[in-house]
Amino acid sequence: MALSRRDFIKNNAIAATAAVAGITLPTITSAETDKIRWDKAACRFCGTGCSVLVGVKDGRVVATQGDPDAPVNKGLNCIKGYFLSKIMYGKDRLTQPLLRKTNGQYDKEGQFEPVSWDEAFALMAEKWKASIKKDNEANKGKSVDDMVSSVGMFGSGQWTVWEGYAASKLYKAGFRSNNLDPNARHCMATAVVAFIRGFGIDEPMGCYDDLEHADAFVLWGANMAEMHPILWSRLTDTRLTKEGCEVHVLSTFEHRNFELADNGMVFVPQSDLAILNYIANYIIENEAYNKDFIEKHVNFKSTPTDIGYGLRPEHPLEQRAKNAGKGDLTPITFEEYAASVKEYTLEKASELSSVPQEKLLRLAKLYADPNKKISSYWTMGFNQHTRGVWANGLLYNVHLLMGKISEPGNSPFSLTGQPSACGTAREVGTFAHRLPADYVVMKKPHRDIAEKIWSLPEGTLSGKIGYHAVLQSRMLKDGKLNCYWVQCNNNMQSAANMNEETYPGWRNPDNFIVVSDPYPTVSAMAADLVLPTAMWVEKEGAYGNAERRTQFWRQQVSAPGKTRSDLWQMVEFSKYFKISEIWPADLIAKKPELAEKTLYDVLFANGSVDKFPQTTVKDSAGNEYGNQEMEDFGFYLQKGLFEEYRRFGTEGPKKGHELASFDAYHKMRGLRWPVIKGKETLWRFREGYDPHVAAGEDIKFYGNDDGRANIITAPYEPAAESPDKEYDLWLCTGRVLEHWHSGSMTRRVPELYRAFPDALVFMHPDDAKERHLRRGLSAVIQSRRGEIKARVETRGRNRPPKGLVFIPWFDEGRLVNKLTLDATDPLSKQTDYKKCAVKITKA
Amino acid sequence: MAHQKPAPRPINRRQFLGETAQMLAASSLIAMGLMGYGKHSHALPATALRPPGALPEEDFLGACIRCGLCVRSCPYNTLKLAQVGDDIATGTPYFIARDVPCEMCEDIPCIPACPTHALNHDLKKIDQAKMGLAQITDQSACIAFLGLRCEVCYNVCPVRGKAITLERQHNARSGKHALFIPVLHFDACTGCGKCEEACILEEAAIKVLPIALAKGKMQAHYKVGWQEKQQAGQALVTPDVEHQFNLPSGKRYDYYGEGLVDTPEEIAPPFANNPLDSLNQKQEP
Amino acid sequence: MANPAKEAGLAAIRSKGWWRAHQWLFLRRFSQLLVLGLFLSGPWFGLWVIKGNLNSSLLLNTVPMTDPYILLQSLFAAMLPASTAFIGVAIVLGFYLVVGGRVYCSWVCPVNIITDAAAWLRRRFNFKGKNFSINRHVRYWLLGLTLILASLSGSLLWELVNPVSMLHRGLLFGLGLGWYVILAVFLFDWLLSKNGWCGHLCPVGAFYSLATVVARVRVSADKRAQCDDCMDCFAVCPEPQVIKSALKGADQGISPVIYAANCTNCGRCIDVCAKDVFAFQWQKFIK
Repeated sequence: MALSRRDFIKNNAIAATAAVAGITLPTITSAETDKIRWDKAACRFCGTGCSVLVGVKDGRVVATQGDPDAPVNKGLNCIKGYFLSKIMYGKDRLTQPLLRKTNGQYDKEGQFEPVSWDEAFALMAEKWKASIKKDNEANKGKSVDDMVSSVGMFGSGQWTVWEGYAASKLYKAGFRSNNLDPNARHCMATAVVAFIRGFGIDEPMGCYDDLEHADAFVLWGANMAEMHPILWSRLTDTRLTKEGCEVHVLSTFEHRNFELADNGMVFVPQSDLAILNYIANYIIENEAYNKDFIEKHVNFKSTPTDIGYGLRPEHPLEQRAKNAGKGDLTPITFEEYAASVKEYTLEKASELSSVPQEKLLRLAKLYADPNKKISSYWTMGFNQHTRGVWANGLLYNVHLLMGKISEPGNSPFSLTGQPSACGTAREVGTFAHRLPADYVVMKKPHRDIAEKIWSLPEGTLSGKIGYHAVLQSRMLKDGKLNCYWVQCNNNMQSAANMNEETYPGWRNPDNFIVVSDPYPTVSAMAADLVLPTAMWVEKEGAYGNAERRTQFWRQQVSAPGKTRSDLWQMVEFSKYFKISEIWPADLIAKKPELAEKTLYDVLFANGSVDKFPQTTVKDSAGNEYGNQEMEDFGFYLQKGLFEEYRRFGTEGPKKGHELASFDAYHKMRGLRWPVIKGKETLWRFREGYDPHVAAGEDIKFYGNDDGRANIITAPYEPAAESPDKEYDLWLCTGRVLEHWHSGSMTRRVPELYRAFPDALVFMHPDDAKERHLRRGLSAVIQSRRGEIKARVETRGRNRPPKGLVFIPWFDEGRLVNKLTLDATDPLSKQTDYKKCAVKITKA
Repeated sequence: MAHQKPAPRPINRRQFLGETAQMLAASSLIAMGLMGYGKHSHALPATALRPPGALPEEDFLGACIRCGLCVRSCPYNTLKLAQVGDDIATGTPYFIARDVPCEMCEDIPCIPACPTHALNHDLKKIDQAKMGLAQITDQSACIAFLGLRCEVCYNVCPVRGKAITLERQHNARSGKHALFIPVLHFDACTGCGKCEEACILEEAAIKVLPIALAKGKMQAHYKVGWQEKQQAGQALVTPDVEHQFNLPSGKRYDYYGEGLVDTPEEIAPPFANNPLDSLNQKQEP
Repeated sequence: MANPAKEAGLAAIRSKGWWRAHQWLFLRRFSQLLVLGLFLSGPWFGLWVIKGNLNSSLLLNTVPMTDPYILLQSLFAAMLPASTAFIGVAIVLGFYLVVGGRVYCSWVCPVNIITDAAAWLRRRFNFKGKNFSINRHVRYWLLGLTLILASLSGSLLWELVNPVSMLHRGLLFGLGLGWYVILAVFLFDWLLSKNGWCGHLCPVGAFYSLATVVARVRVSADKRAQCDDCMDCFAVCPEPQVIKSALKGADQGISPVIYAANCTNCGRCIDVCAKDVFAFQWQKFIK
C-alpha cells in the first residue's frame, strides 16, 4: 500500500512525539498476530496480582492481554496493566554499568562513564571488603547480638521471590549484616508488626473471595478505586448485585471511593484512632461483642503509650516522649480493656474527627450487627501513620470483639502496594529484623534454623537488628553506613525528608552508593555506580500478592545490551569475595574448609541451590524459553533458590508457611499459602479451611503459642507535626490510578504520561482563593524541610476538605519528599507520608 | 495663500459607463470566487473547536475580526489562529482538543480580550461554556466497555461527575467485576476536550464534536411527561383521586410505586405498651 | 532633464549626502519594523508591549486599537462589536485623520516593504516587461465589494484572502500557505503591474485614502520653483498622479500642498529631490 504524503508526515509526527517521550513503539499488524507466542506472567504493578498473558515475537514483547483464566482479574486489567508491553522499551533504558569517574579513575564527584561488569564489581568488592574489615575489627570479642556493620542494602517489594531470598542470604549470611531492608518498609512494615503483635504470624487471614462474601465493606485509608482498581471493580460489583450491601469510606479527604460510599466520612488526620476506639466502646457498651469468641480465642493486652515519633533521638519530640519506641505487651483483663476505651464516646470521637455523630453511629452499628459480614480494607492510610501499628491493631480489636474474622466475608484485610510486598519483602526475610518465613534475627533458635538450612557454621548470623530504611538514610549521613546497594526501587524519590537526610547521606564522601535500575531515576542520578537491570519478564520471576498468592513466570525476552537481573548481579558479585577475606578467624575455625571458598561457593554453589542442572525451560505446549542466569551460572538458579527457601516453611518449628514445589507454580495460576498436599488455603485459622486447625478446634490463631489473638489497647495521640499559624495546611501524599509509585515506568509510557502528566496539588477551592491561587496556576508548597512547585487543582478527582492538600508522589519533576517529614511509627519504623504541615503561596 | 485644492479630473459619461461595466464584471467574478472559497471555509472541520463563548459559526465568522487577542490572552497556548491552507477560516481562533485542550480558566481571559462579541461577553461562568460536545464515538474501542479500569476521561473531566458520569454495571462475562461505563451529559459538558486529549487509545474513542454536529433535537410535537410534570410542579391535568382496592389480608397495593406488596402481619409482642397495664393485670387463676 | 528611473535619487545623494537622501525612507522602515517588533517582542521574548495584530490590538494591556476597516466589514456583516472595539476604532481613526490615512500604508503596513521592494527591482533593473495598467479606481470598487460581500455572506469574506492582514497576522501567528499569497503580490507588482497592489487594488489602502481627506500632515511642494524636472519624484512615488498638480500647478493657482487622498505621506519625494522642493507641512484648519 502506497503511503500518502499526509500519512508519511503523520507517521513521522507520531514517531517524533514518541521519541520525545522516550518510547520506541512496538509495531504489529494483524497478519503477524498469529506468530506471537503467549505465556502467563503476573502484572508488574500493584499488590492486586492480576495475571496477564505476554505476547512475544522476534524476542520482543509486542502485546499483552489480561489472563481470562486468572481468578483475580478474569482477563481484566487497569490502565497501567493495559500498557505493560511498553514499560520495558523506554528509549533511555540503561544498558551498561556506569561509574562516576575523573581521568579514568573512580571519583565521587566525577561524571558517569561506561565500565565493564568486572570493573564495576571489582571496585564494589574493594569498597565492601574495606568496610567489612573495619567492622570485623570493631566486632572483635563481641557477641553476635552486638555486631555492627557498615555495609547495607535497600531492596524491594518488586524483587522476585528468589531475588529477595538471594539478597537475604548474601547480606545476612555472606556479609553477616542485617542492614538489609526493603522499600516495603515505606509500605507494609506497619501491617507486618500489627499482624505479629496480634496473631504471631504475618499476612491476612482472608483472601480476595471476601470481596464477594461480605455484606458490607469499610475502607480505612485505602483509596482502592484508584490503587487497587481490579479489586475495586469486584467490590463495586458486590455492592451492585447484593441486596443490602453497604460501603463505608473513611479518609482525610474525599477521593474516588466516596463515589460508591453509602456512608462517606472525612476525618481530621490522626483521629482514626479515636473513631476506632469509639467503635470498640460502642460494641462493649451495647454488649454486642461475641462473648464466646472472646473467651475462647482472645487475650487482652496493654501497650506503653507516649512512644515518640521515630525521629532522630535528639529531636525534641523524642526527648519529650516517655516511652520512645516501646511496644511490649502486658496482659490485662477484659474489664481493664473496656475501661481503656470508655473515654471514646460518640461525642468525643465526633469532636476529634469532625465526622458528624450520625455517620459514626451508623458505622459503629454496622460493626456491632452480628448478622452482617464485614470486610475492612486498608492500605497506606493506616500503614503510613505514626501510630499505624496501633491503628491496625485497633481495627483487629473491633473484628475480634465481634468474632468477625477468618471466615468468608468477615475479614480485616491489609492491601499491599507492591506486586510482591508479601511474597518477597515479607516472606523471604528482607527486613532488617527478619529471616525467611517469619523467623527473626533476634531469636537464636530462629538463627539456628537458617544456619542449618544454609549449611553455615553456628554463629554466622548476626543477632542484632539491622538499620531499617529510615535509619539507613540517617546512618549514611552520619557516616556509619558506608557501602550501600539499592536495587529495584527509587528511594531518592520516596524517602521522606530528602533534603536533610537522604541526599546528604548518599553524597557523603565516606560512602559508596550503588543503584541497580533499568532507567536513570532520581536515585541513579544520586549514585556513584549505576548497574543496568533486567526487568519484569526479562528474567524468570515470582511474585506474592496481598492474598498470599504466589505466581510464577518464565523469562520471555532477553534484556537489552549488557543488562542483567538483580539476581544475577547479587550472585555474580558473591564471586568477588573469599570467605577468609570477610569472615573473622574464630568463625572460620568452626568450618575451616570454607576459608578458601568464595561467597558464591558457600551461598549459591553450595550443593543445595545448584542442585538442579541446566536444562531447557519449556511450557506445556513445548515452547522454549531462555534463562540468562542458568546460562551464566550453569544450573537452574531460580529453582534451587526457591526449593531451598521452601524448606523454611517445613523444617522449622513455625508452621503455616508451606509452599508448593517450584514446578507446580509454573503450571498453575498462583496458589495461596499455606499449600499443603497441593491444596491452597483460603481462610486461615479456621477449622475446615485451614489444615493447621485440628477438627474440633473451631478457630486457632496458631501463630501465637496459646492459639489466641491479642486485643491490644491504644489511645489517641496527636500527629508528629500538625498545621500551625505559619505552616497552616496538612499535606497528604499518595498515588493516582495512572502512575505507579515513582513513575519510572509509567511516565515513560506516552499515553499514561498524557493522561496524568505532572503531579498537581489538590486543594479546596476556598483554600486556593484565600491564597490568591487559581486552578491551573503554579503554586509553591513549602514545609520546614523544603519546597516544590506544582499546579493547583480544585476540581480534580480528589477533593480535600479545607485545611488539607494532597500531592501525588509519582512525579520526579516535583519531589514531594523534599516536604515530607521522616517521622515514623516507632514500632514499625514506617514513615508517615500522610501528615505534615505545609504552607502554599503563589509561584 | 490663495491656493486651491486641485479639482478632480472630469470624466465623460462614456468613460464612466465603460469603467462601471468593467468593474461590475470583474467584481462579480471576484465575488463568486470569494463566495465559493468562503463557503468552503464555513465548513469548520469536526476536530477544530472554537474558544469558549464563541457565537454559532455563521455569526462568529461575521463577528470575529481575526485579531488574535484571544490567542494572546490564553495562558495555556491552547488557541491558535487558522493559517491559509488550514480548513478553517483564515485568521480565526480554534483549538484541537487532542493536541491542546481548553483548561477552562475560571476567569475565562479569552472572552474579555475579544474586542467584538465573537466571544460572547455574557458568558461569565466557564462551566456554562459550550465549545463542543464530548461523545464516546467508538464503544468497541473504549476499554471501559470491556471492563478494564481506565476512566481517564472521567478523571480528567473538569466538570467532574456532571459532564461524564460512570454507570456501574455488572460484568456478566467475569461474573464478579463491575463495569464502569462512561456516560456523557450534554447539559454539563463544556467541550473543553480534556477527555479527548487524555484518551489513552491510539485514536481517541471519546471525541469532542462541534455542537451542531453532535446535538440531536426532539420534535416539538412530543413532550416528556415526567419532565413536564416536574417543571410545572404538579400534574398538568386534574390530579388523580385516591384508588381503593379489593385485597386479601397481608397484602397492600402501592398504586404509584411497586404495585402489589406483601406486608407480613406484624407480630405484636405479648406486652402492653404501658407497663402499668401489665402490672395491674389480674392474675389468671 | 528627466533622469532614467533606475537612477532616481542619485542626484539627491550627490547633493545632500546619503543620509538626507534616505532619511524618510529610513524612518519609515524603522517605523514599520518597530510596529512589527513591538508585536513580536511578546511572542518572541515575553515582552508584551502590544498584543493582537493590526486588526485589533491592546497596547500595554490598556489602550485598545481597532482597525476601522475590519470593524466596518463586521458591521456590514450585521455583527455589533463590543464597546472596546469602538474605542479602539476611535483611537485609530483619530490618529489617521490627523496624520493622513494612508500613513498606515507607508509607515505601518508590512506589505509596503514587499511592494516597495518589487517597485525598486522594477526601477533598478529597468524592467521592460508588460505593465498591466489597472485603473486606480479599482480599489474603491473592491472596497465596496468587500463590504457588500460581508453583508451578503454575513462573514468577513475578504479577510480570508486579504494579504495585508494576512501578512501581519502571519508573521505573528503563523502564515501557513499565506506565503504564496504574499509571493503572488510581490510577483504581481514586480512583473505584471507597477505599484499594482498598493496603488491600484488594495481596498485597505482605499479605505484609508478616504480617511485622508481632512489630514493635517501633508507633503507640500513649497519650493516648486526650484524643480529641475529631473522626474525622480515621479519615479519613486507609488501614487505619482498625486504630485503633478501640486508641483506644476503654480500657474493655475493650485496649492503646492498635496491634498490628494492617495498620497501615502511616505516622504520619498522629499528624500530623492536634490532641490529640496518637498517638505512635510502641518496644515492649519483654515484652507
